[in-house]
Amino acid sequence: MGYILNVEALNQVLQKLGETYRLYAPVRKIGEGRFTNVDVVRYDFISTLEEIELNAKSDYSFKELLTPLSQTLFFFTEDQTQEAKIDTSEAIIFLRSCDMHAVKRLDDIYLNNGFADPFYQKVRDHVHFVLLGCSHAYDNCFCVDMGSNITTEGYLFSLDVDNDKVSCDVKDPEIAKLFDAVSAVKQDVTPKAVTETAVHVEIPETVPNTIYKNPLWDEYTARCINCGRCTTVCPTCTCFNMQDTFYTDNGKVGERRRVAGSCMINGYTNVAGGGQYRRTNGERMRFKVLHKIYDHRRRFGNDMCVGCGRCDDVCPEYISYSNIINKVNNAVKEGNS
Amino acid sequence: MNPYVPFSSEILDVIKHTEKEYTFKMKFEGACKPGQFFEVSVPKFGEAPISISGIGSDYVDLTIRKVGVVTNEVFEHYKGQSLLMRGPYGNGFDIDLYRDGETVVIAGGTGVSPVRGVIQALAETEDAKDKHVIVGFRSPDDMLFRNDLKDWDEKLDLILTVDGAPEGYQGNIGLVTKYIPDLPLKDVKNAKAVIVGPPPMMRFSVMGLLEKGFREENIWVSQERKMCCGLGKCGHCRIGDQYVCLDGPVFNYTQSKDMLD
Repeated sequence: MGYILNVEALNQVLQKLGETYRLYAPVRKIGEGRFTNVDVVRYDFISTLEEIELNAKSDYSFKELLTPLSQTLFFFTEDQTQEAKIDTSEAIIFLRSCDMHAVKRLDDIYLNNGFADPFYQKVRDHVHFVLLGCSHAYDNCFCVDMGSNITTEGYLFSLDVDNDKVSCDVKDPEIAKLFDAVSAVKQDVTPKAVTETAVHVEIPETVPNTIYKNPLWDEYTARCINCGRCTTVCPTCTCFNMQDTFYTDNGKVGERRRVAGSCMINGYTNVAGGGQYRRTNGERMRFKVLHKIYDHRRRFGNDMCVGCGRCDDVCPEYISYSNIINKVNNAVKEGNS
Repeated sequence: MNPYVPFSSEILDVIKHTEKEYTFKMKFEGACKPGQFFEVSVPKFGEAPISISGIGSDYVDLTIRKVGVVTNEVFEHYKGQSLLMRGPYGNGFDIDLYRDGETVVIAGGTGVSPVRGVIQALAETEDAKDKHVIVGFRSPDDMLFRNDLKDWDEKLDLILTVDGAPEGYQGNIGLVTKYIPDLPLKDVKNAKAVIVGPPPMMRFSVMGLLEKGFREENIWVSQERKMCCGLGKCGHCRIGDQYVCLDGPVFNYTQSKDMLD
């Protein structure tokens, strides 16, 4: 069911929604970027449309709401343990199609890989989505090639804003009532979707193990500085480390957390006794890239990478991940992998 | 029950094998298999995956080597009478696969822990003399499970070796791989093998067995990774499309040979 309305009317809908849900959307933070006078677009709670940054890709994804950078699992008090309570407020996340696809990847790991993660499950059960339409691709996007440019389900409503004209494809009947209440005009709406991107990738169907010894990775041993930014901004990276912390006032009381981890960062593969796997940054790059375009698909049926291009946007060494995919594909095609 | 929250388990006994390796007999009632592991934790220091080295009706043995932050702390402060644990995790060994016919078990160092239950079962079979066990330690001082070794030596074909020893040492000296060519096997095509130990030892042992005529599908290995969560979530133990904590740590060689890292 589609609706056309103006910004003021949409804000009334958002206000109504705000009574039940926390609204979480990309917001431009003026001057809070990585360099002086540089903005950053990241997720925050909003109450009106004007607060949402609709004309840029968010530098960081929505994922911290579902998988916080640091999450307390339980508390220790001497030999007692107490599971941590988590915020299960109803929430609505405003995100683009690529990120909608990323949610499925998070579900793969947290819900469908062995045990269902109780912390993730609790939050996930209370999270709903609003699809932000994409009228054009941004720098480094390659969603079309990854098949993540179109989303047809899983959202409460979609949102496309053209000056004062707001178009929404409303999927949820309860939410539709809110649109009716502000006298929005009923009209068929198809969320805007990217159909062409400047960057293209071709994903190899299978990758032989000989790729492990391919010299293409050597370049990344030289260029990559294993800062882990690519995995931090990636909407589908889920790895974490366990971390214990104790309160300085009383060393017998503390908590165990899981904190965001990264396969690019030193120490990720350390085993007791000094052993380590994948010592070079090239090997780590290979581990990450093959996970994104091959290993996850072998296990779950779909590629992990959704083509948002945030890793390329953020890399301080200007390493292009989409380029790596194409290099792997060429190596596989030429049979010299 | 939240799987991340550990339970407190009473330490029933501590067996000191060497300066650095103790077996902790932990109170535990529940199903488990050799080759599976528990996450043992010491608050403030973290968790470490420890494989099961023995199973009883109301206990599990965890043989812990003092090599890291957590295990150091376990050794320092185990007098607290209990440890926090969660598990068991992983697939473990299916002992029934190895009971019949000729079986070779090759284990190095602390790699003996996960296969101890397998060897114990083999020692009780009727044709135990067709079960060949090669166990290697770095030196005579590093030997674990000394009482078991005596028992196994009586019941099955045990080859006990050390990588190096002081002058005058009476036993075998040499890497475990040295003994593979001379294994007295009657039907190598149908013989089975289990290998657990440091990665290079496993690699060369597999090569030796294949050379001797073993079929790939009759070889099993146990992979070692840093299993951080044990629940298939943290990503640390992933190799290709496999998660060692869920799909392993025991893999058939036909599968593990393609798991490069």
